[in-house]
Parts: sequence; structure tokens; C-alpha cells
Amino acid sequence: MTAPSDDPRILPLELDDVCFEAGGNRLIKDVTLRLEPGLKTVIIGPNGAGKSLFLRLCHGLLRPTQGSVRWQQETGAGRHQAMVFQRPVMLRRSVAANIKYALKLHQVPRRHRADIIDRVLHQTGLKRLADQPARVLSIGEQQKLALARAWALEPQVLFLDEPTASLDPAATHSVEEIIAAIHDAGTRIIMTTHDLGQARRIADEVIFINRGRILEAAPAGRFFEAPENDLAQAFVRGELLWWNKGQDNRKQGLPPKEGEG
Amino acid sequence: MTDFSDAFAAALGLVLGLDSSLTEIVGLSLRVSLTAVAIAALIGLPVGAAIALFRFRGRFFIVVCVNALMGMPPVVVGLIVYLLLSRAGPFGVFGLLFTPTAMIVAQVLLVTPIIAALTRQVIEDLWIEYEEQLRSLGAGPGRAVPALLWDGRFTLITAILAGFGRASAEVGAVMIVGGNIDHVTRVMTTSIALEVSKGNLALALGLGMILLVLSASINAGAYLIQHSTKRWHA
Repeated sequence: MTAPSDDPRILPLELDDVCFEAGGNRLIKDVTLRLEPGLKTVIIGPNGAGKSLFLRLCHGLLRPTQGSVRWQQETGAGRHQAMVFQRPVMLRRSVAANIKYALKLHQVPRRHRADIIDRVLHQTGLKRLADQPARVLSIGEQQKLALARAWALEPQVLFLDEPTASLDPAATHSVEEIIAAIHDAGTRIIMTTHDLGQARRIADEVIFINRGRILEAAPAGRFFEAPENDLAQAFVRGELLWWNKGQDNRKQGLPPKEGEG
Repeated sequence: MTDFSDAFAAALGLVLGLDSSLTEIVGLSLRVSLTAVAIAALIGLPVGAAIALFRFRGRFFIVVCVNALMGMPPVVVGLIVYLLLSRAGPFGVFGLLFTPTAMIVAQVLLVTPIIAALTRQVIEDLWIEYEEQLRSLGAGPGRAVPALLWDGRFTLITAILAGFGRASAEVGAVMIVGGNIDHVTRVMTTSIALEVSKGNLALALGLGMILLVLSASINAGAYLIQHSTKRWHA
């Protein structure tokens, strides 16, 4: 299965000087970035770094308070993206009906729906649960269903916000396999994680965010071998990133960086 | 205590004997209240959902009004409908006063705010949970209304039941606009009021027991529906 080729390609995505403020705090700061088609991008950073906000800004769930988020093909760009959230949101209906509703919203012709549902349930290993109420599934199965629901829409871009944060290793493994399969089928993957191991397993490209700012964006190999940014180096070494408010020195003894702290 | 035993005897006698005037009264009561609740649900569910999902000027005022209308005294509603439907009123030409239709109109006015207010609460809570996912799938508030009403269906049964409770129990509105006319607009609550004023306490109590049993049965039915479908809304 591939993303439909007759539709206009919405990538690349360009963020130009994007800031996001809430309650007087600047949570995303001066982000300028271009996301090309094809790769699997993993956004890493500590909790509260702004990873989820960044995804929501890209996906259009939030509007930047400054700057712009532009798809190459703006018209109908929303139809060609999907997002899977950290906590899967299941409608109070059967597994199959959850996917059917998404297809209905995307105006997929009725006659194609059953086949698509059948296919994505098969691909995600949920076939036997098709008629179960979605909300009685385990959290791992619910996340797989969220992936199946997103996959059914054949998006050009799939955003994933820490999709395995609450899963055990076995469920994490199958979710990662599904993500790889979706990517192989032609969908651009942009996901966040705070799990370094997962980032190593999945990423073609890494974006390191800390305190709302992109500190480094690099191919995965180079990032994990020799990150340039000092905080990224500390993060890759597995050190904890924090510092005392009001003091300009970080706990690791790293030199303070301009605009940070 | 004799009142109660007499009441039981009277009630049993009426029910077992399938007393024709009793079945007429019970039938009319159910017809009026169920019709009113059905109409009120058709209005109150979408209106409540719309208030929950849309942000517009004066929304706060409307929420407060709808909540306040939940507690509107039936006699006041009865009086308003009476004035509207009386010969001199704006809808006088339809000649609806002292008919079951007038009673339905009054009960719709009483029940709609209850269903709308409870629906608003239920849908607002669901929207908090669903908003990001539904917006991600391409559904704004407008397109989300049917999905949210469907997904809230088990909780909304309670809202509709609350409306039915209000409709079947009130006496003030139906008394004023219906007039408690024998064989025409006499329902259980108005006949209970009448029998009490006539001093016929046993019959009044008997009717009251039938009303209680009916109300309990409908609530039990709804509870069973909710219970048997619990796993869908876990």
C-alpha cells in the first residue's frame, strides 16, 4: 500500500520563525525548519521541552503566535496528515467502527471502507478484535488501533506523539514494527520520544529540542556519534538535563548557552 | 394505616379489574409525557450539544439561562402556556387550550431545558477527551455533534430519564392548561390531586402507587439497557 500518488504532495513542510506562547510563557522559540519528504524524523528532548507542542504546531492543532507553518501544497493539506497521540483516544464503539468513522470523516467512498478496514486490521494484527468495543482493549492494543485508524487514511505525513510512552516492551516492539511498515508504505514519519533507545532504532534524522528551542537537527548517525550541541551531547550520554532556576550554571557543569536558562 | 391498606386494596382492585377509566387515565398520562419527552429530546439534545461545542457571544448567558430554566415551577410554565393558548392569546385561534396537545406543549417547555442542560455537560466532558483526535481527523465542532451524541448515548439516557421524571410527576402545568377534564385531559397526577381534594384518599393513594410503579419500571428498563451495554462505554 502506498500513499495515493495522484494527490498533490504536501511536503516539504516549512516552519519559519515559529513561536508559541501560552499564559505569557514562550514555549516554542524561533523555530525555523524544513521537513523534506521521505525520512523518519525523531524529535527528542527532555520532558517539557516542547516536543508535543512542536508536533501540534506542525499538524495544525495549534496556531503559532508568531511565524508561519506552511505546507508546499496548502489546499487540503489536513486530509493528507494524521496524528497518533500518547494516550489513544478511542470512540465508544467497536474497533472496526472506530476506523470506519475516520474514513467517513475523510469522505472515503462507502464501498471501499470495508476493504480498507479489513486490510489495516490485518496489518496491525487486530483482525480478531474487529467487533470488540474499542475501549475494553488493552492500552497496547488501543495504540495499535490508533495506528490502524491513522494508516487507513493513507496519510502522506504521520505525526506520532510519544506513541509508546505508556507501553511495555512487547507492545512497544509491535508499535515500532507498525510504524516501520507505515513508513515503508510511503508515509513520512515525524515522531517524538524521550526514549533514546527508541530514537536510535527508528530515526533517520534527529531533532533535539530543549526548552522550546531546536538545539540541533542532524542525520541520526551523525547525531548519535558526535552531536555538536553541548546539551545534546549530555542527553546522548544519558545525563539528566536540568539546572537551578535563577542560577545560570547547569548541574552538569556545562557552560551556559546564550538565550538559555 | 387503614388508609394504606385501603389504598392497596383500591389500587389492586383497579389494576386487576382493568378499570376502563383507570386505563384511560394511565394511557393518557403516558401518551402526554412520552410525547413531550420525545419532542424535548429532539430539541434538547442537539441544542445542548451545540451550546457545549460552539463558542459565541452570549454563550455564558445562555448556559446560565438554560440551567435556571431547569428549575422553572410547572405552574408558571402552565400559566404562560395558558396565556399563549387562551382565546385572547397569540395562538388562541388553534383552540388548543384544555386539550392533550396543550399539556404536551407545556411539558415540552418544562423538559427541554433539563435535557439541554444535562446534554451540554455530558458533551462538554466528552469533547475535552475527543477534541484533539477529532480535529486531527478533520472534524470541527459542527461535524462532531452527531458523533458526540452517539458516543454519549448511554449517559444521555439518564438526561432523558430526568426529563421523563419531571414530565410524569408534575401536576401544576397540566392542571392549568389541561383543566383535568374527565375522559379528555385527566391524567394520573391531576386525578390524584382531585381525589385528595374530594377526600377519596384510598383512590388517590392507589393512583399514586401505580404512578410510582410505572416510573420505577421505566427507570429500571433504562438502567438495564445501560448496564448491559456498559462495556461499550467503559
